[in-house]
Amino acid sequence: MLDGRSTIKRRAGARLWLSGLWLGVMALVALFAPMISPHDPLAQDLFAGRLPPFWIDGADPAYLLGTDSLGRDVLSRIMHGARIAFSVALVAGLATAITGSLLGLLAGYLRGWFDLVISRLVDIWMAFPPVLFAILLIAVLGTGLTSIIIAIVVIDWTRFCRVVRAEAMNQSAMDYVSSAVVAGRPRMHILWREILPNVLPTIVALLTLEMGIAVIVEAILSFVNLSISSDAPTWGGMIAEGRTSIYQAWWVLAFPLGVLFLTVLSFSQFGEGLKDRFDPVLR
Amino acid sequence: MSAFLTVDNLSAILDGSDHRVLRSVSFSIDTGEVLGLVGESGAGKSMIGKAVLGILPSAIRIVEGEIQLDGHNLTKMKSADRRRLIGATAALIPQDPLTALNPSRRIEPQITNRLVDILGWTKFDARVRALELLNEVHIDNPERVMASYPHELSGGMRQRVLIASAFAANPKLVVADEPTTALDVTVQKQILRLIRELQARHSTAMVFVTHDLGVVSKVCQRLAVLYGGMVVEKSTVPDFFEGPKHVYSRSLLAATPKYTDPDASLLPVDEGVIEQVAAQVRAADREWRP
Repeated sequence: MLDGRSTIKRRAGARLWLSGLWLGVMALVALFAPMISPHDPLAQDLFAGRLPPFWIDGADPAYLLGTDSLGRDVLSRIMHGARIAFSVALVAGLATAITGSLLGLLAGYLRGWFDLVISRLVDIWMAFPPVLFAILLIAVLGTGLTSIIIAIVVIDWTRFCRVVRAEAMNQSAMDYVSSAVVAGRPRMHILWREILPNVLPTIVALLTLEMGIAVIVEAILSFVNLSISSDAPTWGGMIAEGRTSIYQAWWVLAFPLGVLFLTVLSFSQFGEGLKDRFDPVLR
Repeated sequence: MSAFLTVDNLSAILDGSDHRVLRSVSFSIDTGEVLGLVGESGAGKSMIGKAVLGILPSAIRIVEGEIQLDGHNLTKMKSADRRRLIGATAALIPQDPLTALNPSRRIEPQITNRLVDILGWTKFDARVRALELLNEVHIDNPERVMASYPHELSGGMRQRVLIASAFAANPKLVVADEPTTALDVTVQKQILRLIRELQARHSTAMVFVTHDLGVVSKVCQRLAVLYGGMVVEKSTVPDFFEGPKHVYSRSLLAATPKYTDPDASLLPVDEGVIEQVAAQVRAADREWRP
């Protein structure tokens, strides 16, 4: 007596596969950058400055994507930049997701004074311009990877909190929650075992989005030289350097920019794809 | 012997106002008896069921009255004890089968977990009981249904599962909150018969919330008519359908469409009658206020 619904198979779609493929490749590159990068990302060779990428006349085949004005290999720097970008994405993304979702779940489910405090806090938080806030925080915390991660969590927890709170409120109003209360379930059991699994697809979608945002924030901070030490190979730093020589050597700007763009796009598309695929109810 | 469930002079307000949503409601139900709570939308019928089960929305507060369940005074109990007592003796058949099952879990744990965790059954016993109950609600393929997710089942199937789940722990009281409203008419009839069947077999006391007097006549022995959170008439079902005493009940009954006269237009309840019953509610409020 089951109806046809049980037999519907959803396709993963090109979106999930393409973005997943790109992120997978980049993650591997980030992981093995020291072993596979053709050059030392910091090694300068002033006689080999501004060499073009391999398909343009005058290129040196040893430098596939060319070199910057100090003669550093663009490809190697992008690979090592991926290391920094992905560490930030993973750690900052997860920390933000956990902090924001936890507060959002509790606020949306418990309501009352806790919700009141959290919601006002979110309103106030969101009125701050995020980039200025980040720069301010870094100025206080000092530069470095940890500071960037802390800054991202402090700024972006509201993004999770607001959405997860609304979703938790929605779920709390459902009859299955009433049934669990009638059955004598303790409140926290209901929150973790009944409500959380239904909010999880939303959290996962937001998480991948947040990872993309973390990559952007890291790039912005590197761009204004507030990230790690100034010669460290970060995508934002490379873009900032490439900007000064864009007419002489466009590749120094274009390659890290393209990689950054594709990575952020892939993160958001990957999240959407996952949500479509694993949401228990097609929403 | 006193009744299994007694609600005595129960009043509830919307928190932060002095607006009463339940106005000195009293009724009682014996074991094996079905009481219909009837009224138009917003009359407070679901609210009463929720008050009994302790699932009122947080904005609504009980300010007066008592609820006695199986000899225990719910309004005076500690909330943890109350939850335990309700969990062990009562169950809910919710209104909307589409939201009443957790979408992210399979059917089996949704029926059995409660038996195992709260009533201390073994997993095996709980599974046997679940299969038995799914059979009782005439599901042909219980094994497969137990392994399904809610979205894989149709509305009628889900309501069957919910009924089975409600009766799983042999509750002594079941609150059915408009259990057929969200279903289409052909399924409604089967589900009603099913509820009646299980209720009779387990001689459960039941509060049956509905706006459909036709349903009341099929399922209930007694009924209470509500208006504005106030009981305007209590009666046995045969007496009521022979001649309701209150004017509001009379026009409510008159407003029910009849199969015998399909061309008759739907009658709204007469405005004069509404004015009359509203005045009665206001008078009760004047008396109630200190």
